[in-house]
Amino acid sequence: MIRFDEVTKVYAGNPRPALNALTLEILKGEFVFLVGASGSGKSSFLRLVLKEEKPSKGQIHVLGQRLGQLSSRKVPYFRRNLGVVFQDFRLLPQKNVFDNVAFSLQVIGKSKGFIQEAVPDVLKMVGLVGKANRLPHELSGGEQQRVAIARAIVNKPAILLADEPTGNLDPSTSAGIMTLLERINASGTTVIMATHDAGIVDQMQRRVIELSAGNVLRDERRAGYQTQAVPIQAIGVEDLSTRGADA
Amino acid sequence: MRLGLVLGEVGSGLRRNASMVVSVVLVTFISLTFVGTAALLQLQINQMKGYWYDKAQVAVYLCTDTDTTGNCTGAKATTEQRDAVEQQLQSPVLAPYVDREYFETQDEAYDRFQQQFADSPATEFVQPAYLNETFWVNLVDPTQAAVLQESLSSLAGVQSVVDQRGYLDPIFNVLNAASYTAIGIAVLMLIAAVLLIATTIRLSAFSRRRELGIMRLVGASNSFIQTPFILEGVVAALVGSVLAGGAILAVVHFFVRGYLTVNFQGTPFIGMGEAAIVVPLVVLVGIVLAALSANVAIRRYLKV
Repeated sequence: MIRFDEVTKVYAGNPRPALNALTLEILKGEFVFLVGASGSGKSSFLRLVLKEEKPSKGQIHVLGQRLGQLSSRKVPYFRRNLGVVFQDFRLLPQKNVFDNVAFSLQVIGKSKGFIQEAVPDVLKMVGLVGKANRLPHELSGGEQQRVAIARAIVNKPAILLADEPTGNLDPSTSAGIMTLLERINASGTTVIMATHDAGIVDQMQRRVIELSAGNVLRDERRAGYQTQAVPIQAIGVEDLSTRGADA
Repeated sequence: MRLGLVLGEVGSGLRRNASMVVSVVLVTFISLTFVGTAALLQLQINQMKGYWYDKAQVAVYLCTDTDTTGNCTGAKATTEQRDAVEQQLQSPVLAPYVDREYFETQDEAYDRFQQQFADSPATEFVQPAYLNETFWVNLVDPTQAAVLQESLSSLAGVQSVVDQRGYLDPIFNVLNAASYTAIGIAVLMLIAAVLLIATTIRLSAFSRRRELGIMRLVGASNSFIQTPFILEGVVAALVGSVLAGGAILAVVHFFVRGYLTVNFQGTPFIGMGEAAIVVPLVVLVGIVLAALSANVAIRRYLKV
């Protein structure tokens, strides 16, 4: 589904790579937590999957496509297979809930009839029945994130990327969002979620990929936020020092 | 692609940036009016050239008793010399170039002189003997005067061969300079218009950057994202160029036909026919420039 082969990403003006010869594979239907300190490469990873960035070195395969060979004209069509959710929701403030979700279908040329059917369906799935006419500022943070998730999945993407979707939410609201993401995953969508929320990761017991300074620090199935394997002292020290440098 | 949605985006973009759109309209209006004026001036020059050059003749002046210039030796051209010139004009070499020719005697020249310079004191002391006998030649093609000059100016008894077109050139030079000035101003204004359109589109895109970000994220095609912005620039420029077209028509109708043609009879002026050629060109230039500059301006927002 997603495969990174020795992928290195270096940003201009920063000699330290954001991703350092990263190799990993994510299979269809998996639920993956991406953890790690700020600057460890989580966002770069997500941006590379979306082809918002080009890797400096290495190959990326997503959904059977080699992203390096994807012409920029075809990128929009590729992205229709991906859903994205952000910490700051990114809703359109002057459009109501229905129109926010419908907008993402309108701009890829879906018919009115399709939109009239698909949007109420997806709003029901994310638990926003009866709120279709509200404006974003009339909703709670959790509800706004549900709108954003509805928008991301209304086109039935194969992969859902979530960049700290619970970062702005309180724990009980976050739990509701996680239940929703779990349900989306159960219906066959691969979910990749970057997060700092230890409680959620520990509770879900899913695959955890921890990044540090652009390297995979650990990749464990059914794991928690903290590693249960015995950490090697040297890595811990190096990890701390790089965190200090980032801050 | 959904036309209604695109047009809705165009409308909201134009409303949101009303003041910028008005300035785009005005700048394209002025600049294209200059473009159109310059084009009309060129057409006018061509028309006048055609008209006056057709009337322009080549004069073959023969020697008088007092002449020492050219091939003259201070003696009046003899009848034989005169016949030689006429024979040369009717020879198979020159005949194809000559439309018609007539000979002006000294007395005829004197009468013409008296008429033309009736108010001048020169009429009092000029005698027919001072004036040249002249062959006036109308050419089939007025630009071929050099052929006549070459073959006639070396003949004995010929003082000089003069192409009257030479007298017209200063007039056309002035008109040409005016038209180049108009073109220069037009080019400067067009540059301003193009930059202004680009700025307007960038501003419009900036005020819609949230929508643009989401469109790119959910996979709206580039042409779908681009089209409303390009149309926005084109609509603004279209309004400006239609105004410019109206101004050009008004200038031709009221100034050229209504004033110049009435007051300067005998000079040919351009009419609505020429304006009908220039106006569509002006509108086309406006639309194409707007589409190009909007396209370049929006490209930055489409980078993936």
